Amino acid sequence: MSGFFKSSIGRKVAMALSAFFLMFFLIIHLAVNITSLFSADLFNELSHFMGTNPLVQFGLQPVLIFGVVFHFVMGFILELKNRKAIGVKYAQNNGAANSSWVSRNMIYSGLVILAFIVLHFIDFWIPELNTKYVLGDMSGMHGADYRYFHELVEKFENPLRVGAYVVSFVLLGLHLAHGFTSAFQSMGVTAGRKKTLQQIGKAYSIIIPALFIVIALYHHLNPHH
Amino acid sequence: MNLTLKIWRQKDASAKGQMVDYKVNDISEHMSFLEMMDVLNEQLVNAGEEPVAFDHDCREGICGMCSLYINGEAHGPDRGITTCQLHMRMFKDGDTITIEPWRAAAFPVIKDLVVDRMAFERIQQAGGYISVNTSGNTQDANSLPISKHAADEAMDAATCIGCGACVATCKNSSAMLFVGAKVSQYALLPQGQVEAADRVKNMVAQMDLEGFGNCTNTGACEVECPKGISLDNIARMNRELMKAAIK
Ligand code: HEM
Ligand code: SF4
Ligand code: FES
Repeated sequence: MSGFFKSSIGRKVAMALSAFFLMFFLIIHLAVNITSLFSADLFNELSHFMGTNPLVQFGLQPVLIFGVVFHFVMGFILELKNRKAIGVKYAQNNGAANSSWVSRNMIYSGLVILAFIVLHFIDFWIPELNTKYVLGDMSGMHGADYRYFHELVEKFENPLRVGAYVVSFVLLGLHLAHGFTSAFQSMGVTAGRKKTLQQIGKAYSIIIPALFIVIALYHHLNPHH
Repeated sequence: MNLTLKIWRQKDASAKGQMVDYKVNDISEHMSFLEMMDVLNEQLVNAGEEPVAFDHDCREGICGMCSLYINGEAHGPDRGITTCQLHMRMFKDGDTITIEPWRAAAFPVIKDLVVDRMAFERIQQAGGYISVNTSGNTQDANSLPISKHAADEAMDAATCIGCGACVATCKNSSAMLFVGAKVSQYALLPQGQVEAADRVKNMVAQMDLEGFGNCTNTGACEVECPKGISLDNIARMNRELMKAAIK
């Protein structure tokens, strides 16, 4: 088994598994965030649950961090190995004749997502850790109210941040436009090459990032509700 | 038609090569691409220069020897053909055509446009075979029932001629389409089952050892492959390796 994950195919399977987990997580994250559009209370309660439930905090969160780190580290490793495998470059190479731009540039869309994740950690995750585990404030309260919704609205006041979010999610959409079906193909599921799954992949890669963008824009344009 | 050719010239494996410009005139649109190369070489020989070395053998798309990267595409701009089946009618008077060897660290240039594809042979030797009793009591192949579907898919996989266009065109120089086809042609048939697990393990191990890259599923190989080998063969190889790992 350990030999398997050292092989080129094993690495791809591991890459696809981590990607599946990330795509699943993205849906959960979206489901929580989207409540902020219509109910500050529900968003607050879900955020508080996610932020304090020990199963989420000490069970799921480490898996998520491992999944993210594994995915981009493996992405870099594969990229480096592939560059070595190429050798001399062509004087003229017409990649557009036989493959999509996104499929050939997963590392660049990935790098933008990584930059976003770093920004996201600085924005939300580090202050969250600081409040909860350094300052020891597990109440989730700010004055008489839950603090989560306020923090969210406050963050989306800055147009630069909103711009960065929008760009990042467009690139996430491009990453997934190839990645969704690619992950199935890597797992040996040829259904990834059938119409139905391609359509699901297309829908996923457009709808999920678009809704994240809608949330950011909504709070940016309606900061005081 | 009159053409300008930009061709990779490299004296030998250790020499540093470069692109060199040539002119060829009065090329008929009915000529094959390799016949056009023959015209160029005749011209060079007459001028006392070294002809351009390129691989070819059958010149009818079945041997897998020809191998040119033409205007940025493996086997040129046409689909479902090898370089020897490419016709000059795909080009027009005054065109500049760039001609390069297959590029991959695992396919080093031997001379000009000729690359060393022995890595494919070594992958085949690592597992691309079945054990049959050949000591006088060979079994009739037709005594084993095989479904039409499996037979068709195995036959499709077996049409791979080992030309290496899939590697040449891959942005990662991955050999997975070739190896996927070679694994599949046996994995689909009852005769291939005995060695199935070892076959896929050993062939993939040899592929990695030769320094081919990883598959990003861009699908470029399938588009450029002269035999239309399907990406499904790569998925099957992945399944076969997973099965072998669990065993
Ligand atoms: C953290 C920054 C990220 C980087 C640097 C990155 C990089 C990469 C790279 C280089 C590949 C192609 C690997 C290959 O050669 O096959 C890839 C594939 C993929 N990525 Fe990412 N990625 C990142 C984040 C994400 C996220 C957040 C998701 C999903 C929510 C995701 C989903 C996928 C999928 C589905 C694939 C296809 C997997 C496969 O072909 O088996 N990636 N990523
Ligand atoms: S899979 Fe296609 S491109 Fe690759 S070696 Fe076989 S015939 Fe050539
Ligand atoms: S020379 Fe035999 S396939 Fe082209």
